[in-house]
Amino acid sequence: MGDLVTMDDLTNEEIDSVLVVAERLVPVARGDVHLPLLQGKVLANMFFENSTRTRMSFETAMKRLGGSVMNFSSIGTSVSKGETLFDTMQMIDGYADVAAIRHPRQGAAQYSADAVSIPILNAGDGAGNHPTQTMLDLLTIRQAHGSMEGLNVVLVGDLRYGRTVHSLSHALVRFGVSLTLVSPPSLRMPDEIVSDLRSHGAEVVETETLIEQIPNADVIYMTRIQKERFPDEDEYAKVAGIYKLSASDLTGAKKGMVVMHPLPRVDEIDPSVDSTDHAFYFQQAFNGVPTRMALLCRSLGVEVPEEVV
Amino acid sequence: MSEMRRVTAIKNGTVVDHIPSGNALMVIRMLRIDVSRSTPVSLVMNVPSDKVGRKDVLKIEDRELSQEELDRLALIAPAASIAIIRNHAVAEKLVVDLPSDLINIASCSFSNCITKNDREPLPQRLRVISQDPLEVRCYYCGKGQEISELIDNIL
Ligand SMILES: [Zn+2]
Repeated sequence: MGDLVTMDDLTNEEIDSVLVVAERLVPVARGDVHLPLLQGKVLANMFFENSTRTRMSFETAMKRLGGSVMNFSSIGTSVSKGETLFDTMQMIDGYADVAAIRHPRQGAAQYSADAVSIPILNAGDGAGNHPTQTMLDLLTIRQAHGSMEGLNVVLVGDLRYGRTVHSLSHALVRFGVSLTLVSPPSLRMPDEIVSDLRSHGAEVVETETLIEQIPNADVIYMTRIQKERFPDEDEYAKVAGIYKLSASDLTGAKKGMVVMHPLPRVDEIDPSVDSTDHAFYFQQAFNGVPTRMALLCRSLGVEVPEEVV
Repeated sequence: MSEMRRVTAIKNGTVVDHIPSGNALMVIRMLRIDVSRSTPVSLVMNVPSDKVGRKDVLKIEDRELSQEELDRLALIAPAASIAIIRNHAVAEKLVVDLPSDLINIASCSFSNCITKNDREPLPQRLRVISQDPLEVRCYYCGKGQEISELIDNIL
């Protein structure tokens, strides 16, 4: 089936082949090459919670391949009147060829995949999975370093609530990456995830300080500490803004080290970093498009030609 | 079988033996036996046992439990041994089978799971990741389930 609910739906070989296809589709994603592989196909963007970036990235991916997009928003629709997810998805099953779903409740993507016959792409469910984000992160790391084996990836910030880093860390250990987890004690990665990662044979180091990790890092993945995650202001104030990177911090970094961030950033990465060779977060954001193109083609069973010209 | 004589032998029905000590009342609940209107049920708790240290034993008169009903016990009494009694003799011996998916046996305990909306029509589905130690996760949201919480969430 063409569903993508969690990264577990893809074998390492499938991940590799999707990333190869995504790389091949970069000129199409940029608009330099016209390749209407998905002409006549319809994507339903089912966003039960706002995420403008993810929605636009799916929309661009579909349109660059010649397909069309229906955007569904739950605000002011039958959903706000209490329609079940099951019923909403039944409707879309008849209208679209593939659906991307974003939902505040965890498990909504698997639930939808079981409810309908069209393939479902999980675009984020609660604090659960966000596999298309993970895939674009992997593409970015591959572009920077070629292979992932043996890299030291430093994950920084909110490792407790950030689903991006949970999903990414699981994927990285499958490819032999060592992880350094940098967070304040209140935002440590959950124990069950850390032990999961170790049980996969990964080397995992936990620390509170970022600066001393910089010289050994191959990737520094910054995340935003979100105010809305905290029960009270004081707890947030204690950790807000504790990790900041500026260009001067990176003088001791390896030459090929890349800084990533799922964006939007607040003050985790100073604009002075933008003009260094380490800044990869804008390329990372762009990579959402070719990655989702490759995943849409996979879901719809459409072969991407070896030569894209 | 001498331990079992602590309770009157039954003529017809089901004996559930080797229940971990203290879990017999939960077994009654999981089997959805309404003791206020059921056939007679007798219960011994904390019986010494060679196999499991201390155990509980449950006898249900005039009712033969099906394999499907017994499989529900996997969460709390995976090592239970079951005898179907007909005319004072053991007619059948059964064991609990832990299915790989627990469908509509207990609901997910995670508050933000999609299945928490009880109007959603798809079944509750929990996946058995490992048997020993018992590890169960929600099929939909992926959250690991505390066995004690699952017992509170029996459907
Ligand atoms: Zn669940």
